[in-house]
Amino acid sequence: MNGKKWDTRRTDYLERINAAKPLVKTGKEVAASDVVKLLETVIRPGEKVNLEGNNQKQADFLAECLSKVNKEKVYDLHMVQSALALPVFLEVFEKGIAKKLDFAYSGPMGGKIAEFIDQGKVQLGAIHTYLELFARYFTDLTPKVCMVCAYEGDRFGNLYTGFNTEDTPIQIEATKFSNGIVIAQVNKLYDGVDNKIKRVDIPGDWVDFVIESPKPFYLEPLFTRDPALITDAQILMAMIALKGIYAKYNVQRLNHGIGFYTAAIELLLPTYGKELGLKGKICKHFVLNPHPTLIPAIEDGWVESIHSFGGELGMQKYCQARPDIFFIGPDGTMRSNRAYCQTAGHYAIDMFIGGTLQIDRYGNSTTATATRVAGFGGAPNMGCDSKGRRHITEAWMRCGDEFTAQKSFLGNQRRGKRLVVQMAETFLEKMAPAFVDELDAEKLAKKANLELPPIMVYADDITHIITEEGIASMHMCESLKEREDAIRGVAGYTKIGLEADPKVTGQLRKKGVIQTPEDLGIDRAKANRSLLAAKNVKDLVEISGGLYDPPGKFHNW
Amino acid sequence: MAKQLLKLNFEFKAEQPMPIKESLHYGVVGSGDMEVIIEKKDLAGKAKFQVVTPVVGYDQVWEKVLGRFIDESNLGNISVEINDNNATPEVVSIRLRQALAELAAMKA
Repeated sequence: MNGKKWDTRRTDYLERINAAKPLVKTGKEVAASDVVKLLETVIRPGEKVNLEGNNQKQADFLAECLSKVNKEKVYDLHMVQSALALPVFLEVFEKGIAKKLDFAYSGPMGGKIAEFIDQGKVQLGAIHTYLELFARYFTDLTPKVCMVCAYEGDRFGNLYTGFNTEDTPIQIEATKFSNGIVIAQVNKLYDGVDNKIKRVDIPGDWVDFVIESPKPFYLEPLFTRDPALITDAQILMAMIALKGIYAKYNVQRLNHGIGFYTAAIELLLPTYGKELGLKGKICKHFVLNPHPTLIPAIEDGWVESIHSFGGELGMQKYCQARPDIFFIGPDGTMRSNRAYCQTAGHYAIDMFIGGTLQIDRYGNSTTATATRVAGFGGAPNMGCDSKGRRHITEAWMRCGDEFTAQKSFLGNQRRGKRLVVQMAETFLEKMAPAFVDELDAEKLAKKANLELPPIMVYADDITHIITEEGIASMHMCESLKEREDAIRGVAGYTKIGLEADPKVTGQLRKKGVIQTPEDLGIDRAKANRSLLAAKNVKDLVEISGGLYDPPGKFHNW
Repeated sequence: MAKQLLKLNFEFKAEQPMPIKESLHYGVVGSGDMEVIIEKKDLAGKAKFQVVTPVVGYDQVWEKVLGRFIDESNLGNISVEINDNNATPEVVSIRLRQALAELAAMKA
């Protein structure tokens, strides 16, 4: 029509592939020593580039190469990536190779990112949840070039991502099907004829260049918690959670946030959970990384299925040996997939439960600190009520029926509600109060020029707050005032807790909005480490029958 | 290590003070933890506390935590020594309750 060209992207793609031809060996193989040149050939200034940084696996070699390109040729890139976990991911900003950033999680690099924003080295687009960022890959943040990592690859471009598939498929799909370029670093490269990869997780047609990396990609053991470090206060809160929430709602499908509170809950299932008669009634289906602390409950027969966002270092053999529980490929190894798992976490679970650092007087909760732009990864996607959900479960329906404010919108129409539980000891390390007048996130927003403070879970999504003082059922409150009173009632000896009017707290206890351990029939004196089904990492190894192989830093015997 | 330790003293009296049978030592002064030594003493029904802590500025919180413990336990005629190493109020409450459970077990 009118001579307009409709395939400019394909033409552009072919031009770049042709320009890179001299660097290609057999098939799609490029030598590690040619990667800097390759990147200079296929990336243009200002383009959207996806570099695979995940929760766990990191395309560190490709990141290193990108930080070495000639910045006369490649500059002002717009990085769109899930996670920035390693210093090398920030080097491209330090050097001016990249300028703009859209991401979901930065973990240990959060402090540096805040600094870079302050110094103008990073122009921040937005901090997303994983699923939200993936969605934008298919709308306005489609990468032109995508750099990923895999355990194995062959000269045809086929990739084996296995246990740590994580974000790779969705990144590649968005890039490849918009005529972008896909580059993969692999730990081991096969010819694909005589020697084949374990399993094809990504078809070769979707990959343009494969490089055998000089060293295996870095893998972060993010979800491993040593039972030896679980405290009595955390055990008390785990008991409160099990009796006051898991048992009350018969929570069968759920996600556990990262941290010691949920590790304590996992380790209490075979002991305290059994004592409460909950086996077979709760915790059947998890969307969860393979937490080592879940091993005792799995071995004790509590869990029917676990789908994982990513793998966890050391859990590979254990997962492989439990194919009835985990999602295992025809080759016998697990495949994680963050996009699918987050989708399950958004639509198909009845409860998200996890720890937080700060809660304001209205119930807004966040792990953001004043000096770090860290993001929340997937937590907000699960720590919210998914408004598109229509299927019914007992837990979802019961929570919805208790949700007082719902009537003011729906009249008598019933609707369920996701349980969103935030756990916080009233005082954290160094006597930092968990309940505060102003979230540190507000200070961060001012410092890093963010339009909104990074809130992990908003007050209108939270249904329960658990502290060592008990449970506040936020969704059962009739007004903002009552929610504030409920928070004061469980905020202990913090400034906000000391504002509580004992008479009001007493009334809320009568209504069941606040439940103390005593109201729940929990003996605080029994909250001690003898309840843990495994007391340390060595116990976990033994209970797994030697299948769990903890990383060195957790191996202390 | 040269850090100054604070000594705080508190006194409470339950409405109907209950005596204890034996003295007790509970807990360890690990980081974020504390030990408590409860001694039987004729104090005209009162409960006296001495807290040794490195944390400055939490006198009122200590008073509330310990006052609540006496309110709930009704213990009297006791002298309590607490050696604290940055325990949170919750850890203090748990340790006191655990000590109380030990006392009950000793009675039985």
